[in-house]
This record gives sequence, C-alpha cells and structure tokens, in this order.
Amino acid sequence: MSSMSLVSGIANGIFLLLVVGIPLFGYLRKVPVYDTFVVGAKDGIKLMLKLIPYFVGMLVAIGMLRASGAFELIAKWLAPVLDKVGFPAEVLPLALMRPFSGQASNAITAELIHTHGGDAFISQLAATIMGSTETTFYVIAVYFGSVQIRKTRHAIPAGLCAELVGVIASFMICSWVFLR
Amino acid sequence: MLNIIWLGMIVVALIFGVINGRLPDVIAAVPGSAKYAIEIAIGMTGIMCFWLGLMRIGQEGGLIHILARWMRPLLTRLFPEVPADHPAMGSILLNMTANLLGLNNAATPFGLQAMTDLQTLNKYPGTATNAMCTFLAINTSHIQLVPATAFALLIAAGAKNPTTIIFTGLVATACSMTAAIIVVKILEKLPNFRIKTGDVANEQHESS
Repeated sequence: MSSMSLVSGIANGIFLLLVVGIPLFGYLRKVPVYDTFVVGAKDGIKLMLKLIPYFVGMLVAIGMLRASGAFELIAKWLAPVLDKVGFPAEVLPLALMRPFSGQASNAITAELIHTHGGDAFISQLAATIMGSTETTFYVIAVYFGSVQIRKTRHAIPAGLCAELVGVIASFMICSWVFLR
Repeated sequence: MLNIIWLGMIVVALIFGVINGRLPDVIAAVPGSAKYAIEIAIGMTGIMCFWLGLMRIGQEGGLIHILARWMRPLLTRLFPEVPADHPAMGSILLNMTANLLGLNNAATPFGLQAMTDLQTLNKYPGTATNAMCTFLAINTSHIQLVPATAFALLIAAGAKNPTTIIFTGLVATACSMTAAIIVVKILEKLPNFRIKTGDVANEQHESS
C-alpha cells in the first residue's frame, strides 16, 4: 500500500500547493485576492451554460453507442486479425471506446483489471493505454464548443493519429516490459 | 467534421442495436444520457468556478506571465502564431501542467480558458486556428506523471509492481505526443485543411 499512498500523497501535495500557493502569491503581489477570485469564478458559470448543449449532444450519442454493444461486436470480428500480432482482443473495446468516453473506458479498464488480476499483461496494457490516450472526440467537441468553433480542420485527424500511436506504443512497450 | 461524426455515432448505435438485439437499451440511453449530461455539467460547475477564480488571481498577480516566460522557447516553437507574451501561452501552460500532474478537474477549466484566449487571436471566428489544433493534439496525447486511477485499480487487483505502469505510460505517451505534434504540423499545411477565404462570410450569421 505504501507506493499508493506515495502517489496520492504527491498528487494531494501538488493540489494543495496550487490551492494555497496561488492566492498567497497573488496577495504578495498586492492583488485583492478574494475580489479577483469572485470575478474569475463568475466566468465559470457562463462557460458551463455555454457548454451544456455540447455535453448533451455528445453524451447522448456516446450513451447510445455504448448501449448498442457496437464496440464489443467489432472487437469480436477483429479478434482473429489481432491474434496474429498478439494484441489481446479483450483490450480492443477499450481502445475503440477511449476516444469517445472517459467514463466508459474507465469502466472497461476496471473490469479488465478486476477479471484478469493486477499482474496480468492485459491489465497492465489496459492501464498503460488509459494513461497515454485521451477522450479525443469529447475534448474536441467541448473545447471547440466553448468558443463556438464549427470548422475543426485537422484537429480530429491529428487527435486520432495520436490516439492510434498511443495504443500501438502501449502495446509494444508493455510486450517488451511484461512478456520478456 | 463533427457533424458527420455525431450523425455517424447515432446511426452506428442504431444499426448495432438492431444486430445485437439491444435496441431497447439504445432507446433507453437517450433520456438517461441527457440527464447525465446535465448532472455532469452541474457537478462540474463548482470546481470549474473555483479553478477559474484561482486562475484569475494568478493572472492578475502575473504568475501566468512568469510561467509562460520560463517556457517561452518551447511554447513559441509549438505555437508560432501566438505572441510570446500573450495570455494564451500562460493558460496553455497551466493546462499542460494540470494534465501532467493528473489534476483533471483543473485541466479542463485551464484548457477552456486557453481556447478563449486563443480565440481572441482568431481572424476567422468560426474556424479553428493552427494554434488551437496544435493545442488540442497535445492535449489529447498529454503526458501524465501519476496515472492515479489506473494505479488505484491495479493495486486493488493485487498488482505486485503497480509502479511499472508509470514507466510504460511515460514511454507510450512520449510516442503519442511526438506523433501528435508531427502530424498536426504536417496536416496544417495540407490544402484540405487550410483556412478558406469564404470562412469569414460563413460565420457572420452564425454568431451567438
């Protein structure tokens, strides 16, 4: 348990450093900290209101996709191909779901790790993929939505390329570390 | 492109819902997810206000400028279109730092602030700038020093050396981030993705 408490200790420490450090820094620089904080916080409400339509649109589509079981079926179809390179088919739904939903891919990862145990190759691979990729579609929809950008140009192809490289690199590095 | 992807997601969900015999689930997901979207939005508002408030203090005190100055050599190379002392550089840096440290609830407000700051430099308001695309590509492939969630899951499942995934995660992210930067810089030069002159006129009647 000690390495876990170390990690959460570091994370909490940094969190506190920001929460205490920024106002302290502002005070030393003669900023009226509370008044300034309130002005900034007001923007949060405006921003959230602007984002709600994008949240609803994206999350409904993601929810439908998840409920349809599409990714599990696609993974089943692709399993023979993946077998040839040694990529575990169990992890594919995670890789497919990852660009859409952080919550859903977290749930898949939790289930994989729970089923196969903490030291299994599949678990380590799933954890590495989670750490090295992002919810590309969700981030792009929400970030561009916040400034009303409709023409996203090359953002999506670039994000998906990064995603794909992240999954392949995770597979290669995990094979090298855990399967030697 | 989001138009096609969004439509695609719904159509694919419908088709696979029929194939898998899970159409009732797909239908039930619609009101459920809509409700969940509002729950997320409301649940996020508090922490969003909090971080944006803190960030405003950092801005007024000049902290963001100081941070951005340290990272200037890197940031000006990644975002050549953004002036080196622009506030966007500071918010981009804060977003990257929050991502690096795994502070997800801070990363989003900082990232959205960065988009707002980048938008002030945008000559074609409805169209993404090169800097925005680069920022998002880096954002979607960010390095995370402490993958806290995965870590907790592995430990809960009895992993003997859960710290190994910090190493594998770093290597994998370094690869994906390098790929993201290379790809985004190549794609922005392709004729398909270049900003078209008609883009300004298109946006006039769409501003909200």
